[in-house]
Amino acid sequence: MVTNITNFGRSGLSDWLMQRISAVILLAYTLFMVGFFLLNPNLDYAAWSALFQCTLMRIFSLLALLSLAAHAWIGLWTVSTDYMKATGVRLVFQAVVALGLFAYVVWGVQVLWGA
Amino acid sequence: MKDKRPVNLDLSTIKLPLSALTSITHRITGVIMFVGLIFMFWALDVSLSSPEGFETVKTVLQQNFLAKFVLWGLLSALAYHCVAGVKHLIMDLDIGVTLEGGHKMSQAVVAVSVVLVLLAGVWVW
Repeated sequence: MVTNITNFGRSGLSDWLMQRISAVILLAYTLFMVGFFLLNPNLDYAAWSALFQCTLMRIFSLLALLSLAAHAWIGLWTVSTDYMKATGVRLVFQAVVALGLFAYVVWGVQVLWGA
Repeated sequence: MKDKRPVNLDLSTIKLPLSALTSITHRITGVIMFVGLIFMFWALDVSLSSPEGFETVKTVLQQNFLAKFVLWGLLSALAYHCVAGVKHLIMDLDIGVTLEGGHKMSQAVVAVSVVLVLLAGVWVW
C-alpha cells in the first residue's frame, strides 16, 4: 500500500471530509461578504473597519482564513500529486505552496488584529 | 491495492467530455485564486490600515482598468469554483451520480457560472 506523507490528514477520507467542511465555511464567508458589499454600495472606512473590529467577524474571518489554508493545501496537494511525476519538482512545488499559505495565515492574522 | 498501478494522467492523450472540462476548470480556478489572493489580501490590508488606505483601494478598484480586470477575473474564478463545489456537495449526497446525471450537472454548472461571471462583470464596471 502507498503511504502518503505530505497530504493534510494522513488519510484520504480525512482529507475528503476536511475539504468539504472548509468548503462550506468558505462558501458561507463568500456569501456573507458579497451580501455585505451589495447591501452597502456606498461603503466608507468607518463602517468597513467597524465590521472587522467586531469580535464575531474576527472569529468568522479567522475561521475562514484557517479553512482557506487547509482547503488550498488539500486542493493543491491533489493537483501536484496528479500532474507532477518528478518527486523533486513536486516537493519544491508543495514547499512553495506551504510557505505561501503560511504567509497568508500570518498576513491575515496581522490584518485582523493589527488594525 | 497494487503498488504500481498503471495511471495515465497525460491530459493531452485523454478525450475530455464536458464533465472532465468542468472538473479541470474547477482545479484551474482553484490555482488562480491561490495566486490571486495576494491581490485580495493587499486590498484588505490597505483598506483597513487607515482612511487614506481605504480611499486608495477604492480609487484603484473604481478607476484602474487592470485592477478591475483582475478583480473581475478573481470574482469569476471564485463564482465558478463555488458553483462547481456545490455540485460536488450535491453529488456527495448521492444525487445525480449517473453518467447522464453527471453530464446534466456539468451543463448546469456552466450555465449558472456564465450568469454569475456576467453579473460579476456588471458589478465591477
